Amino acid sequence: MTEKNVIPFQGTPEQEAQLKEVIARYHDQPGGLMPALQEAQGIYGYLPVEVQRMIADGMNVSLSEVFGVATFYSQFSLTPKGKHRISVCLGTACYVKGSDKILEAVEAKLGIKSGECTPDGMFSIDSCRCVGACGLAPVMLVDDDVYGKLKPEQVAGIIDSYTE
Amino acid sequence: MTIEELNKIKAAKADIVKVRTIIAEEGEKLSKVTGYRKQVLVCGGTGCQSSHSMEVLEALNAELAAKGIADEILVVRTGCFGLCSLGPIVIVYPEGTFYAQATPEGIKRIVDEHLIEGKICTDLLYQETVHDDGSIISLSETNFYKKQMRIALRNCGVIDPEDIEEYIATDGYQALYKVLTSMTPDEVCQVVLDSGLRGRGGAGFPTGRKWMFTKDAPGEVKYVACNADEGDPGAFMDRSILEGDPHAVIEAMIIASYAVGSHQGYVYVRAEYPVAVHRLRIALDQARKYGLLGKNILGSGHDFDIEIRLGAGAFVCGEETALLTSIEGHRGEPRPRPPFPAVKGLFGKPTLLNNVETYANIAQIIRNGAEWYSAIGTEKSKGTKVFALGGKITNVGLVEVPMGTTLREIIEEIGGGIPDGKAFKAAQTGGPSGGCIPAEHIDTPIDYESLSALGSMMGSGGLIVMDEDNCMVDVSKFYLNFTADESCGKCTPCRVGTRKLLQLLEKITEGKGEPEDLKKIRDLATHMKSSSLCALGQSAPNPVLSTLQYFGDEYLAHINEKKCPSGVCKSLLHYEIIADKCKGCTLCARKCPVSAITGTVKEAHVIDTDKCIKCGVCIGNCKFGAIVRK
Ligand SMILES: Cc1cc2nc3c(=O)[nH]c(=O)nc-3n(C[C@H](O)[C@H](O)[C@H](O)COP(=O)(O)O)c2cc1C
Ligand code: SF4
Ligand code: SF4
Ligand code: SF4
Ligand code: FES
Ligand code: FES
Repeated sequence: MTEKNVIPFQGTPEQEAQLKEVIARYHDQPGGLMPALQEAQGIYGYLPVEVQRMIADGMNVSLSEVFGVATFYSQFSLTPKGKHRISVCLGTACYVKGSDKILEAVEAKLGIKSGECTPDGMFSIDSCRCVGACGLAPVMLVDDDVYGKLKPEQVAGIIDSYTE
Repeated sequence: MTIEELNKIKAAKADIVKVRTIIAEEGEKLSKVTGYRKQVLVCGGTGCQSSHSMEVLEALNAELAAKGIADEILVVRTGCFGLCSLGPIVIVYPEGTFYAQATPEGIKRIVDEHLIEGKICTDLLYQETVHDDGSIISLSETNFYKKQMRIALRNCGVIDPEDIEEYIATDGYQALYKVLTSMTPDEVCQVVLDSGLRGRGGAGFPTGRKWMFTKDAPGEVKYVACNADEGDPGAFMDRSILEGDPHAVIEAMIIASYAVGSHQGYVYVRAEYPVAVHRLRIALDQARKYGLLGKNILGSGHDFDIEIRLGAGAFVCGEETALLTSIEGHRGEPRPRPPFPAVKGLFGKPTLLNNVETYANIAQIIRNGAEWYSAIGTEKSKGTKVFALGGKITNVGLVEVPMGTTLREIIEEIGGGIPDGKAFKAAQTGGPSGGCIPAEHIDTPIDYESLSALGSMMGSGGLIVMDEDNCMVDVSKFYLNFTADESCGKCTPCRVGTRKLLQLLEKITEGKGEPEDLKKIRDLATHMKSSSLCALGQSAPNPVLSTLQYFGDEYLAHINEKKCPSGVCKSLLHYEIIADKCKGCTLCARKCPVSAITGTVKEAHVIDTDKCIKCGVCIGNCKFGAIVRK
């Protein structure tokens, strides 16, 4: 992502303690790196290089291996997410019903592209593949709320309802 | 757990669940002996939860408590019923009445009028179930259900997936008992082979053969794994099975572990499926608690346990070797086969890997016999197949039909046809590895062979219906975008080939295509098919090739006339306001999602074509017909 969006790492001691516990739990498990990264992302919301380094040291694998895994899977994020995470479904069922236009409307509304976070940290946009609500296509998620049978003109109003 | 205990649970609960499968008078009689006057089923599948079925459930419980009838009425939260586009769905037994798009307000009426006074709220029902003369039919008699045959989905929408005893009530874990006490591993493999069951994850390899290979592979330690990655965009069969009937998969994996000689299993499931993961966890815990998982299962001496691994959003991890590499904790890159996983799989040990739906058939095959199963379907494709029916179709949802059912039956009868009076154009099967079947082949019986003869494939079971408004060049660009994105990059033909193909398609949809591009596409496709390492790269050109075969004229229109006949490809069309007709009502400017329209009140408005995303919202809103699409 763009340089200006890199936010300095600010982990708390509590988070670090949680991470150490996760590392200890998966240290000796075959194939434990993936679940460890998943839980680490649960703690920090993303996987900054500082966290990857702690995992590499703690689990006795090289940083490049950790980085390789973290970048391979689309669920892992190396950049922080917004306070509200918007995710537009680009699965086939949604796409044939015009979800690309929903995504464009979100991007236009927030002035950022998919994969980015607004400078104030309020919103980030992603696309996803089939959230399993194809009956409601096209579908958009804001945090855990599902909006279905969407029309592009409804997007702005929905986003506004999240800005307190 | 012993068989006596299992049977005791079954006997205690069987009638309660049975009320949900037989309707009218018999159900009426049965409901008297169960202790519940009525049962209300609320769909707890992801589709219905997205349309707020849990709020309906809460309102229902609150209302029953307020009216003091909570102990006369059994409330059950089930998995998906199949008709997701009508969610939230609520069914009342013993009548079997089917309430669609239920709301918390509506549920209060259902409690007052239907549950208390005995008068069905006809206006809230799915209207297909209400005849002109006012008579009501049950869900099982509708067009949507009549043609279906539910084997893998048998318990979905029937039982409470979070209650192991409801699964046991429907003969759950009886097949496991039969296998452990009266069959040898060879006999189990033979039954599966004789049934003719083929892998439902895509390729259709005979499941029994795979079990035998794994059983016969040398080695002390073996693994049984379940592929619940379901990366196909627009498919949700496996998720629905895990959400609606997780024990069916668990029971089958235990049976498989006995057949191949394994003590440890893994379910690799997408992290984007939180409800499925949650229910699977509950089911595993319950199975352990009931002594059906862990040490000495059903007193047989057989040990087996299952662990969940969460996929992290990489399509290629659905490929078998990549999946195993991912469980090992690495980047999920495929490896060359042979050696096949049956010989050298997880952590280098023989591993049996099957798809969720494949497993969901096993217990039934064991209980009812190979002959029963192989009598269903076509000569080479036995049994049933679950499809996730989506796109431009009235009844979006989950359907299970015998192999050999025609596409027309699925689309027109079960699916209820194409909405808004539009014409059917094509059905896409097999996801990114598949292709499009055009309208002229709508009478094709669906099985593995006939789909590949048409240049498509069964794949995992995504069935996306498209109408005249969909552009087939755009659709193939969509799939290429997907595969280019998801290529793991390990081998060049796929990594570079998908990019190149995508660039060619982009060029065509932007109106910059040249006639020789089609030859380039074909050459590239041939090369990718023959030299990619895994099936992702080998099949990535399929959507392009099949649309080229059946919709070549659309490609030519884009290339030669610089036109998109369906009006989809953005670079080839634009929106314009006819100044003379515009009354300056400002409505379009207010509705435009990207503020591409400007103008003052009572004066002609204009569209900024650079900003416009061609969503068509303005044209639908202008009451004066002042906006045109060119
Ligand atoms: C790129 C790619 C993605 C795949 N994705 C899945 C998937 O999501 N789920 C699945 O069950 N099989 C998937 N498969 C097929 C599996 O490799 C494998 O054949 C299957 O899981 C075996 O189980 P079955 O014999 O029961 O079908 C995929 C294959 C490829 C090449
Ligand atoms: S074909 Fe594609 S996905 Fe498969 S190994 Fe090669 S690059 Fe990876
Ligand atoms: S088509 Fe959509 S984006 Fe373009 S002007 Fe009309 S409303 Fe705005
Ligand atoms: S909606 Fe129609 S009439 Fe009203 S401003 Fe727009 S183009 Fe003009
Ligand atoms: S394709 Fe979007 S929810 Fe399934
Ligand atoms: S999720 Fe409720 S019917 Fe499919």
